[in-house]
Amino acid sequence: MEPMMTMMKGNEALGEAAIRAGCRFFFGYPITPQSELPAYMARRMPEVGGTFLQAESELAAVNMLLGAAAAGVRAMTSSSSPGFSLKQEGISYMIGSQLPCVVVNIMRGGPGLGNIQPSQGDYFQVVKGGGHGDYRMITLAPSTVQELVDLTMLAFDLADAYRNPVALLGDGLLGQTMEPVSFPPVREPLDDKDWALTGARGRPKHVITSLELNPEGLEELNLRLQAKFAAMAAKEARWEEYRCDDAELVVVAYGTSARIARAAVDGARSIGLKVGLYRPITVWPFPVQGLARLADRGVRQFLDVEMSSGQMVEDVKLAVLGRARVDFYGRLGGMVPTPREILSEIQKLMGGEAS
Amino acid sequence: MKLLAGMPQAMSPVVTHYCPGCSHGVLHRIIAELIDELDLRERTVGVASVGCSVLAYNYFETDFVQAPHGRAPAVATGIKRARPNLFVFTYQGDGDMAAIGTSEIIHAAARGEKITAIMYNNTIYGMTGGQMSPTTLMGAVTATTPYGRREENGRPYRMAELLAQMPGTAYVARTHVADVGNIVKTKRAIRKAFEAQLNGLGFSMVEVLGNCPTNWGVTPAEANRYVMGEMVDYFPLGEFKDLTKEVLAGVRA
Repeated sequence: MEPMMTMMKGNEALGEAAIRAGCRFFFGYPITPQSELPAYMARRMPEVGGTFLQAESELAAVNMLLGAAAAGVRAMTSSSSPGFSLKQEGISYMIGSQLPCVVVNIMRGGPGLGNIQPSQGDYFQVVKGGGHGDYRMITLAPSTVQELVDLTMLAFDLADAYRNPVALLGDGLLGQTMEPVSFPPVREPLDDKDWALTGARGRPKHVITSLELNPEGLEELNLRLQAKFAAMAAKEARWEEYRCDDAELVVVAYGTSARIARAAVDGARSIGLKVGLYRPITVWPFPVQGLARLADRGVRQFLDVEMSSGQMVEDVKLAVLGRARVDFYGRLGGMVPTPREILSEIQKLMGGEAS
Repeated sequence: MKLLAGMPQAMSPVVTHYCPGCSHGVLHRIIAELIDELDLRERTVGVASVGCSVLAYNYFETDFVQAPHGRAPAVATGIKRARPNLFVFTYQGDGDMAAIGTSEIIHAAARGEKITAIMYNNTIYGMTGGQMSPTTLMGAVTATTPYGRREENGRPYRMAELLAQMPGTAYVARTHVADVGNIVKTKRAIRKAFEAQLNGLGFSMVEVLGNCPTNWGVTPAEANRYVMGEMVDYFPLGEFKDLTKEVLAGVRA
């Protein structure tokens, strides 16, 4: 049977995808522009025998998530930039304790209280690890509502596969956009985690902790974690190349910026400029492979486009390793670039007239 | 020969890291005995907090998780919501529960989470070297009140009375473990707190006054006298809320 298409807001589609992935526990706290997600879960969870709980703070929500993850169930929390900052405590603990879960950041303008407009100003916070300690977290950056659905399903599988939190990184525009989407069938919640806290019935007790007072022991734990992060980096990098085959300039952008940049690329092509788009789908692990290949193939110019001050530029430069020039165009504070602005930057860089 | 007493099954046969004379061990044993007596060992998850009892998971033969500082009630909420058939308790000190974790404990109580919080109140941060906590008595000299706790440091507040006001609490009591009679009373109170959870009555909490000879800089005997004297004067013993009476009356009759 063909899957039915449904018109849905990004935030709500995310919630439905989580439920279809077997997530039955959601711990939320209101913050714009992600509030439709907890509201959707509050309505939908009782219908599937799940639990929605509105916590008293982001700190409480992320620690409820820690508890549910320790009990071995699929669980999720969501927030937006200032609230996500507060969740960093729990994320670091969950990584140290090797607990799988999904954390969502629908970014808004910052720093501080900032505003409620779309932004990508949390790249450093989420991708580079805003919490304490040596850690990494797979971070998925969808650019359409359908991709948001698909990556939400994937996020739960990756979290369980690696016993590590996985982040979904979107922005207010993606969260608020309404688009037709199709959903895969509902999956039954998994309940087969042999390390989970279920009561020590007929087995030795299970202890879940991130504490290791002995430095040799903590180094050993860190090396195990690093091996896991290395495996993620080797296997989980995902990206999309669009019209890159003969491109002389390649725009690098993720999420909403990539969606806008795609229109700019089409605009450039329509006036004869050989321009492509390289879109990281995982921003951690950053997909260096494809970019390096493009640089090897002779692309001499990359243009990083973000709704931030250029937080991803360092990753692009590291991938290109001096083989090509890397420029940047971005908007800040909740401003969203237009395809025309990006095309104008492309034309400047390629020596054409800026129109 | 007949064995009259032994190690509870729920207690791990290991040497603890607690200082000589510290009453954490007494409280651990009370909890372990009750877990045995109520046949809960195979369905218990303990939540360790941050402070001297951070390593509590080494001393109980039950599943355990270690929570971030102050967040044990939130972690316990997540576990209990995920697996309602589990018996879930937190073990927290006064710094963890009454300072950094005030929000989490108050809201877990207000929601009536079916968990039990055990607070070991010894009026000081032990693990970090004896700093003032929210329950430190006025005048007490600590690492961060070298001239004694004064008005500018604020006054100690009473957690059990505070939580008793929360709509979701089923049982709240304060006891101490500085002499044998009160150890017995503490066990009785914690049993009620456990039964409140087991019968789905709501949130339960027992604040247990304990000592800290090391950071108070006194002998264990002097420390216990301080518990029974100054501390009990400021933190009255008793049951501040008990919904188990009516509900369990039928069961016990």
